[in-house]
Amino acid sequence: MSDAALVVSGLSRHFGDVVAVRDLSFEVRRGELFGIVGPDGAGKTTTLRMLAGVLPPTSGDALLGGVSVARAPERAKPRLAYMPQRFGLYDDLTVRENLDFYADLYRVPRADRPARLERLYHFSNLGEFEGRLAGQLSGGMKQKLSLSCCLIHHPEVLLLDEPTFGVDPISRRDLWLILHQMVAEGVTIVLSTSYMDEAERCDRVAMLHEGSVLALDTPARLQAGLDGTLLSIRVDRPRAARAALQGEAGVRSAALFGDSVHVLLDAGVDPEWPARTLVAAGVPPTSVEPVDASLEDVFIDLVARSGAVPAGGAHA
Amino acid sequence: MTFTGEIYPGGDRPGGAGAQPHEADGEMGRWGDTVDDRGRPEDAGFTSSPHRPIPPSDGRGPGSDERRGETRRSRLSASLRRIRALLRKELRQIWRDPRTKRLVLAAPVVQLLLFGYAVTTDVHDVTTIVVDHDRSQASRSLQDALQAGGYFRIVQTTEDSRALARALDHGDATIGLDIPRGFEADLAAGRGARVQVLVDGTNSNTGTVAQGYVARIVQQYGLDYARAHGAALAPAVDLRTRAWYNPGLLSRVYNVPAVVGALITLMCLLLTSLAVVRERELGTLEQLMVSPLTATELILGKTVPVMLIGYIDLTLVTTMALLWFGVPFQGSVLLLFAAAFVYILSALGLGLFISTISRTQQEAFMGMFLVMMPIIILSGFMYPVRSMPLFFQRLTLLNPLRHFLEVVRAIFLKGAGVAELWPQLLAMSLSAIVLLSLSIWRFRNSIR
Repeated sequence: MSDAALVVSGLSRHFGDVVAVRDLSFEVRRGELFGIVGPDGAGKTTTLRMLAGVLPPTSGDALLGGVSVARAPERAKPRLAYMPQRFGLYDDLTVRENLDFYADLYRVPRADRPARLERLYHFSNLGEFEGRLAGQLSGGMKQKLSLSCCLIHHPEVLLLDEPTFGVDPISRRDLWLILHQMVAEGVTIVLSTSYMDEAERCDRVAMLHEGSVLALDTPARLQAGLDGTLLSIRVDRPRAARAALQGEAGVRSAALFGDSVHVLLDAGVDPEWPARTLVAAGVPPTSVEPVDASLEDVFIDLVARSGAVPAGGAHA
Repeated sequence: MTFTGEIYPGGDRPGGAGAQPHEADGEMGRWGDTVDDRGRPEDAGFTSSPHRPIPPSDGRGPGSDERRGETRRSRLSASLRRIRALLRKELRQIWRDPRTKRLVLAAPVVQLLLFGYAVTTDVHDVTTIVVDHDRSQASRSLQDALQAGGYFRIVQTTEDSRALARALDHGDATIGLDIPRGFEADLAAGRGARVQVLVDGTNSNTGTVAQGYVARIVQQYGLDYARAHGAALAPAVDLRTRAWYNPGLLSRVYNVPAVVGALITLMCLLLTSLAVVRERELGTLEQLMVSPLTATELILGKTVPVMLIGYIDLTLVTTMALLWFGVPFQGSVLLLFAAAFVYILSALGLGLFISTISRTQQEAFMGMFLVMMPIIILSGFMYPVRSMPLFFQRLTLLNPLRHFLEVVRAIFLKGAGVAELWPQLLAMSLSAIVLLSLSIWRFRNSIR
């Protein structure tokens, strides 16, 4: 057995005629923070549910520490934790009772519990709410309690479906602190996100689009792999500017980034050219600067090259 | 701000998780008040170095809990412990939910009061209008005889025949008695007198029974009159009926024990299906599926508390039936509880089945009504099976509630034992096996 915590090979899932996930293959190393990035509908949740053994794959398999999640889920289950996007807490149970319930289900030895609870309370700050009903917690607190429920049995692999979705910035930060700590302790984490800035914090990223992996590498290498020139163009009417540039020869992609337009030019195209074109089109730019590629730029370029037109940007 | 291993040496600090984490929190400052201290609150979430030091783990590697000693015995004890965890959680939730508590405690009381008092087919105080054209001593004593038993209450006496039709039309009276002119003269002459009885047949049950009572009272009156006036007209056959097991023919005695069956059905169908569907709605069902909990353990954890509630209601209803309604209890409590166990298994199977066809609590509710209605109607709970058309009588044999009600009534009223009741018990066992296996099979598939 290699140092792979998770080996995914040829994983596919069809829902009727719809192919939600197409022939996914990748390996996640032990102690790695692995991101699955893509817009809504890319197949992130379907992938994670298959990895968790909740959804049987149409074809292919995933081995978790050598155990097939499709064929021997009962042996894989104790070693993983899965936090769905909407993790259900029992609102009519207290924080402590929720945690105890999962500790009981996974048979966490009684002697270990005080120490584990203490740790979880420590980084979730839930200790002082121990006796409060889960239904009366704030959204961020609930998310932290959900994560704590997933961590109480010390899983080898943690599967998280958009863990920071709808969470306030402070709680988001808390959650990331917990995740980094878990990784430092050797836990393998596979998480999905539609936030590209979060994807940049992962060790490696799989970019998922319409059920297929477009690219898989470290964020740095993905960014470096973007050939051509990336320009950030500030302009009063970014939509009009994008319309004027999109589809022109030499323009690989043009996407809105707030009040500016990111334009990716083929290598060798004159970087002065877009400004001239925009002036001619009646949308003169206020500034044109070359910028380093973000993962979002990479994603948009990959989608453009795969033939599909991204809808607005990857933040969808 | 440094804070490392020295406070939690090895994570094995004595004293447990009680007070110390709070102190630790205080020492380090809590999130909200120290954002400035950490600077860049706008960066929240994107700093890779953990600002808050985290005490060391308890030294075990990840995932080490479930893989120690996988012998058969330890697997069984693991399974039992998971079931116990689920049971504890379920009972806690039931206990904490005021709606469930109300349902479990109030439903038996309400149903008992309804079926003990309101739903009654007993005939008494039937409103009666008398049109007395004769105005004689004989016609008045006939009216007295009519009222004497308490079955009939004369609300109006008149000489106007139209008043009778009006009273029946308006529902002011259920029975109309028309005594023609010459009633007393005919009786005295031994010619045989005629009276007319009109019955409001809208309520066929009360109507039929009342009609029979009137006929008997009038007949008896005729005999008594003849005897009093010297004519010895003894009837050829003197029929004397006596009802066994329920001498007063009180419908309460028939209905109240049956409430047990209706109630257990209601509780099992409703609580089982809701317990599962609620988790599906919350999304927690998926989490339970990701956990090592197996489908069988899940089913047990969900149904055992409902069975417990069924027994609570059984005890409650039986106690009230005996102490409050004075229903006789001739048989064995043990047999009653054993029969209830078999029946509850069937009902739990049905409840599970509903949970497999419902995604929301609302759907579960509707599914429950869909299943509940035919079960109740085809059980003999309110309408005796023997007065149904033959086809439906045969159909009731498939209904476990029909058999259970027979068992309950026989135990309560006749003191019947296994020797008499084995066919019903066998039928119930068969239906329990079929329903439970079907539902468990469907349930396993539905949560995949």
